[in-house]
Amino acid sequence: MLNYDIVIVGGGPAGLAAAISAKKHGVERILVLERDKELGGILNQCIHNGFGLHTFKEELTGPEYAGRFVDQLLEAKIEYKLNTMVLHISEDKVITAMNREEGILEIQAKAVILAMGCRERSRGALNIPGYRPAGIYSAGTAQRLVNMEGYLPGREVVILGSGDIGLIMARRMTLEGAKVKVVAELLPYSGGLKRNIVQCLNDFDIPLKLSHTVVDIKGKERVEGVTLAQVDENRRPIPGTEEFYSCDTLLLSCGLIPENELSRELGVEMSPVTSGPLVNESLETNIEGVFACGNVLHVHDLVDFVSQEAEAAGKHAAEYVLEGKKAVGREIPIIATDGVRYTVPKTINPMRMEEEHVIRFRVGDVYKNCYVSVYFGTERIIHRKRPIVAPGEMEQVVLKKAQLLEYASIDTITVKLEME
Amino acid sequence: MKKRELICIGCPMGCALTVELEGNEVVSVTGNTCKRGEDYARKEVTNPTRIVTSTVKVANGVLAAVSVKTEKDIPKGRIFDCVRALKDVTVTAPVHIGDVIMKDVAGTGVNVIATKDVGI
Amino acid sequence: MYDVVIIGAGVSGSAVARELSRYQLNICVVEKEEDVCCGTSKANSAIVHAGFDAANGSLMAKLNVEGNEMMEGLSKELDFPFQRNGSLVVCLNEADRPNLEALYERGVKNGVKELRIIERDELVALEPNIADEAVAALYAPTGGIVCPFGMNIAFAENAAVNGVTFQFDTEVTGFEKNEDNWVVKTTKGDLETRYVVNAAGVYADVFHNMVSEKKIHITPRRGDYCLLDRSTGGFVSHTIFQLPGKFGKGVLVTPTVHGNTLVGPTAIDIEDKEGVNTTQEGIDELIAKAGTTVKGLPIRQVITSFAGLRAHEDGHEFLIGELEDAKGFIDCAGIESPGLTSAPAVGKMVAGIIRDLTDAKEKEDFIATRKGILNPKTLSKEEYATLIKEKPEYANVICRCETITEGEIIDAIRRPLGAKSLDGVKRRTRAGMGRCQSGFCSPRTIEILARECGVDPSEITKSGGNSKIIVGTNKDRL
Repeated sequence: MLNYDIVIVGGGPAGLAAAISAKKHGVERILVLERDKELGGILNQCIHNGFGLHTFKEELTGPEYAGRFVDQLLEAKIEYKLNTMVLHISEDKVITAMNREEGILEIQAKAVILAMGCRERSRGALNIPGYRPAGIYSAGTAQRLVNMEGYLPGREVVILGSGDIGLIMARRMTLEGAKVKVVAELLPYSGGLKRNIVQCLNDFDIPLKLSHTVVDIKGKERVEGVTLAQVDENRRPIPGTEEFYSCDTLLLSCGLIPENELSRELGVEMSPVTSGPLVNESLETNIEGVFACGNVLHVHDLVDFVSQEAEAAGKHAAEYVLEGKKAVGREIPIIATDGVRYTVPKTINPMRMEEEHVIRFRVGDVYKNCYVSVYFGTERIIHRKRPIVAPGEMEQVVLKKAQLLEYASIDTITVKLEME
Repeated sequence: MKKRELICIGCPMGCALTVELEGNEVVSVTGNTCKRGEDYARKEVTNPTRIVTSTVKVANGVLAAVSVKTEKDIPKGRIFDCVRALKDVTVTAPVHIGDVIMKDVAGTGVNVIATKDVGI
Repeated sequence: MYDVVIIGAGVSGSAVARELSRYQLNICVVEKEEDVCCGTSKANSAIVHAGFDAANGSLMAKLNVEGNEMMEGLSKELDFPFQRNGSLVVCLNEADRPNLEALYERGVKNGVKELRIIERDELVALEPNIADEAVAALYAPTGGIVCPFGMNIAFAENAAVNGVTFQFDTEVTGFEKNEDNWVVKTTKGDLETRYVVNAAGVYADVFHNMVSEKKIHITPRRGDYCLLDRSTGGFVSHTIFQLPGKFGKGVLVTPTVHGNTLVGPTAIDIEDKEGVNTTQEGIDELIAKAGTTVKGLPIRQVITSFAGLRAHEDGHEFLIGELEDAKGFIDCAGIESPGLTSAPAVGKMVAGIIRDLTDAKEKEDFIATRKGILNPKTLSKEEYATLIKEKPEYANVICRCETITEGEIIDAIRRPLGAKSLDGVKRRTRAGMGRCQSGFCSPRTIEILARECGVDPSEITKSGGNSKIIVGTNKDRL
């Protein structure tokens, strides 16, 4: 049995930032477990630029952003294992993992940070009717083939879903010589960032069809075409609006799902909204000493925010290892309602929180000229005007410790949208 | 006076910008949250540019391709010239982040550099 | 010159091949697809029926009950996943009770053992998620579930080990009858043989009608299914059918041997014998019906939907035997549900017919057992550690949803009739069959397939033919 203070599951952006932060906060024996052959996670295949403006004040590509963190990790002499798959985490924090060189490993940790990231929603989960030929890929699979291996998975492409990876892949495949015919989005608004619509679609005259979906896939061996149809407000296809696009490839960019199989097995309580763990202000799950950060916790738009969150998780895990759990104060639940789908964290303890704490959340629809409001008990504390909010863009509010301490007796904090 | 509505691509916030033009002269930029937004707007209406990212082949490396980018932004109209120029480029591993893969790509005066380490 | 040419490497053809490989016969299986188990055998309910459904006195009833009884022994002999989980036919309305009793009577007459009618209390104890409307059920403890790929592949592999030739990507186009042999015309040339076995699934009528004046007709009857995530495992533990009645025919809800939940099928008669496309209407119908026998079905946990074609013969009966007006041509047609269950008995019956016709002697060196692909999850920690020391590829997880290692994939490729495509690997190992539906593992599996088969990754297909995954390289047409 190996022994470490903190074991971090996943060597992507979240795991790297958490490890570096934990070391900075005084923990020596840290181990990062990564299943791939290199550190950096999904950033390795995100070769487009736009990463790091918040963190490094410059615009980097995914591999460059990862490279900066890997350099810091190496400099801090933090241990890591590559090609190592975690199979199980027990409640008493014994991690079972496996790799070619060492076989099956058992590692006792004092604290565990979950940083496994997320996966893409598949065609099956979307229940798209039609044949099941070759030529249907999730956008991320295509991204790996094109960006890491130099292979083109198709020449004439239709993309379903306007998530960021789909938009990015529309540009990537275009630049590598494929023809991207159309991007269809089921919802009346895009799930991706506005900048990506501008520079990935508009720059190349790729049409974006909102409120459209794929209703049939043609082709028995390889995709020969797909039929798009407009959908009504209940997202049901409207008969008579069908339009056939000949193509050899259908890319799917229809959302990401946190990858929490290990967390569930461990008994971590999950949010049905985010499909990620429910955490307190220290990013700690219901299992003491088990923390979560990054896309395993909730899907982010920006890696910079993943790094920030992971840094906090690393810090709190370090505090837990060095000082034990601070048994002070009480956890006040944060209620998400009226257009706000969820918040991370789910509870906050005013005694344990930092001077300022960022509450991140997503809204359930596009709202214009609304207010983001925070209530301590029944009293409205924050009332911030937002010209536009959309599900595709994560929102945040900042709570102040000093202010929250003044409301010692409240039972809930509420985050909601108000129209006035 | 002409008005143009833009979405800033400077960062993922995607600010909605309004540019007021007098002929080809930018009179004002509003809607931006930071200086980058103003710079972007001024450029986008006069001389739009983009950073181009792509891959080139790698010989003898652990990966078959290495990701690259233009060191600076290049005129938007030259994007395809840039990727075409990279078509037949093969570099030999090891490659390091920042290595110049191609100087003065397609006559833009901008270098293409590697954005990833690829070992042997 | 072959003694026997079997058309079709589905579960019936492969079962026949395996049974015949006991004898001193020269046998060839021709298959139009690139692998075994590519038609009806790969897309069905994966149920081992108890045998109460088929009409009394029918061949279907006889072979169903026989096949069911053979299944457990065979699953051990040939190492494929099978579980006798029991089945329930749920009656949702007192008015339908006579139908339930009639079904019970029919089952008893068919020779189904341990069959009994249970009342709601016992039903709820067996299946806590049963619908509130359920009043009683026919309980068949002998009902089971099987891995249809596992069984089909096991038959075929074992047949191959015992000398049967498999010729893939070979489509039969016609026949020539000579004095004492047949010439089977194919897209890959002629095959001479003494006997032909027609186990061509939905195409069996086409081949039958080429040689016989007594025409038969098979309708491809499409069934749409939804497969739910393994996290739904345990939602039901028995196979749950709906008693046809006031609420219609319904669809079944069953666990699979791998811990998923399967819901389906619809029944839509179509023309196209390759029409395995799902439709919106089909999936809608399925979802609407799926919740009738159980409550709170987690249908949103669907990881894939698919459609299979039942080879529905107009008389709804298995047609097995030598054709009177085409001697030496043996039909194995109309094999629809309970065809999977009956496969072992079908194999035995057809082999018996040919043995009697040929007087073939049994081989002395017949190998009756076959070892499936080693699943390291079944090993103890110590055994697994030892395995990794010897074969480190068993520590390299390729499919993370199902935890399938490189070792298992290599085994699937290298063994007799090994996998050549992504789907071939998937059916043998489950790599790509999990919740991400191969999004993560397919590039890695392609790499392994290309390396093992000694070809460029761009040659690797999803399922043979033109189903290529990679169509070019970056910038190749710029």
